[in-house]
Amino acid sequence: MFDVLDIASRNLLRYRRRSLLTLLLIVIGMVAVLLFVAVAGSFKSMMVGQITDSVLGHLQVHRKGYVASIDNLPLNLNMKPGMVARVEEGLKQSPAVENWSPRVKFGGMFSNFAETTSIRVNGIDPAREAATTPLLPGRMLDGDKAGPLVGKGQIVIPMLLARGMKTRVGDTVVVVATNRDGSVNGKTFVVRGILESVTGPGGRDGYIHIDDARELLRMTEAEVSEIAVRLKDFSRLDQVDAQLKQSLGSLANKEGKPVIEVHTWADLSPFANLARMIDLMTLFIKIVLVSIVLVSVMNVMIMAVFERIREIGTIAAIGTSPSRILLLFLSEGLMLGIVGTVAGIVLSLAAIFGINLWQPTFNFGMQQNLVMAPTIAAGDVLTIAALVVLVAVIASLQPAWKASRMDPITALRHV
Amino acid sequence: MTMSLLRAENLTKTYRVGDIDVPAIKGVDFAIEPASFVAFVGPSGSGKSTLLNMIGCLDHPTSGTLRVLDVDIATLDRRAAARFRGEHIGFVFQDFNLIPVLTVFENIEYPLRMVQKWPTEKRRAQVLRLLDAVGMADQANKRPDQISGGQKQRVAVARALVSQPKLVLADEPTANLDHDTAYRILELMKKMRDDFETTFVFSTHDPKIMGAAEVTFTLEDGRLQDGGHHV
Repeated sequence: MFDVLDIASRNLLRYRRRSLLTLLLIVIGMVAVLLFVAVAGSFKSMMVGQITDSVLGHLQVHRKGYVASIDNLPLNLNMKPGMVARVEEGLKQSPAVENWSPRVKFGGMFSNFAETTSIRVNGIDPAREAATTPLLPGRMLDGDKAGPLVGKGQIVIPMLLARGMKTRVGDTVVVVATNRDGSVNGKTFVVRGILESVTGPGGRDGYIHIDDARELLRMTEAEVSEIAVRLKDFSRLDQVDAQLKQSLGSLANKEGKPVIEVHTWADLSPFANLARMIDLMTLFIKIVLVSIVLVSVMNVMIMAVFERIREIGTIAAIGTSPSRILLLFLSEGLMLGIVGTVAGIVLSLAAIFGINLWQPTFNFGMQQNLVMAPTIAAGDVLTIAALVVLVAVIASLQPAWKASRMDPITALRHV
Repeated sequence: MTMSLLRAENLTKTYRVGDIDVPAIKGVDFAIEPASFVAFVGPSGSGKSTLLNMIGCLDHPTSGTLRVLDVDIATLDRRAAARFRGEHIGFVFQDFNLIPVLTVFENIEYPLRMVQKWPTEKRRAQVLRLLDAVGMADQANKRPDQISGGQKQRVAVARALVSQPKLVLADEPTANLDHDTAYRILELMKKMRDDFETTFVFSTHDPKIMGAAEVTFTLEDGRLQDGGHHV
């Protein structure tokens, strides 16, 4: 095999300019794909991370039917304590679950005594919420960042609301809400902090202590609107989702109907469509890369066979087997693929390293100055490299086959 | 009686061009003994190359039999023919046909490296022996474009002999050489025949060259004009 590779490499060097141009195309294609995968992938991971780690959690558990009406934050679809206990028991038994946080969600009116506006509020257990959505405290733009996110009698409000209502940290405000029975209740809070907004559902919600929420809504028992769940390993999301759907989905009411529904962050956030679009674009750019490699390698190999017909006739006449001739030309394609891939990987990794040193920033929705930090998984690099090498060999197959099947007499007569 | 290296009986070859059959060889009989130095002579289009192609297992007869080293070449498929050529037949071409990316040494080494797969040391010793035999030892590291036509043909002769074949076929081996060089190449081929006891069969249409052969077969319009003229 070394002999074949040796001769193949010399034949590639024989037409230096053409081989270099082909390599250049492969390298440009590789760099484009790897950079896109790295930048788009890191953007996607960052955005998914922002959404899951500061708002939604990786998974959410609701009472059956809640998500269908989630825009109304229906209080009559809250989970009762018995149901919550059964869900928590199920979550405890799953080794993939790291933490979970019960929430009471409701819509209300926010007043600074001069003006009133609507607000969506999350009643949370601050410690459990911070363990489930660890980036939430980091969104605090104004206010004391140390200590629990919110204490009893305190409220954290979204930035847009604070600006619109000219409300500052330390101000006293009133939140008025209608409970499940239709009666209205109000409670005063001190503004504990102002939160940066994030894209997606819940990204502009206010936060109060869960006990205050239950008091405001005059709950007689510890109801919960949703339970946000954090997994130990986000990459196992789909697997754990399926497991929880099976285990929690078996919880049934007296009529035997399921009472619990489990959703991933992707089911709850429209950003999932953007993430899918990024995946689709990645697929398309991979198809473009495959096309570039296929056309350029096939073109160079067809030319190589055409220009070496007499040579093929000579080596066939002196006894080189058809399979050996096939291997000679396949090796040329293989080497083009390997060299182009290696050069493409080196340049791409250097570019990714350079971008990470440069740290360019961008804005996404309400979020400003997000630092682009592209990374690429070894698995992605290996997959794309294998794809390019494979396509280079496939592209050489037809010209190599043609060379191996060439009639020596006809080939020797070729002018 | 010695066994013939080559024996043809009522050998014919007909090409089909469109709807027309064009006979190239018309019922030829001949026998060639081992270690002989044979020329097929005749004008262009007389069928010399067609005959050499069949002897070299590059083409099949249309009818009749052609036995090379007691093997009926009509029974060899593409792969078996390639193997047979690699093991038993060396080729010298009119245009030398050296591989441009390989040095003189590597061109001679090619059949041992890519066809017969000899071990490196044995291969090297054999190539050096042939380089020395054809007087090209001092040019071993040059590429084909760095040597003259006569030197190229010497390398081609060495390549044809390196795997110790029983038969070397040379189709118009001197056509692209001047007369002096052509004679020197023929002398070299004859010396190689003497040294290695290899049968040389070549074709030529040059009357001055054909005199170098020990046996000549004259072909005209696809037919042998004599049964092999011994010089």
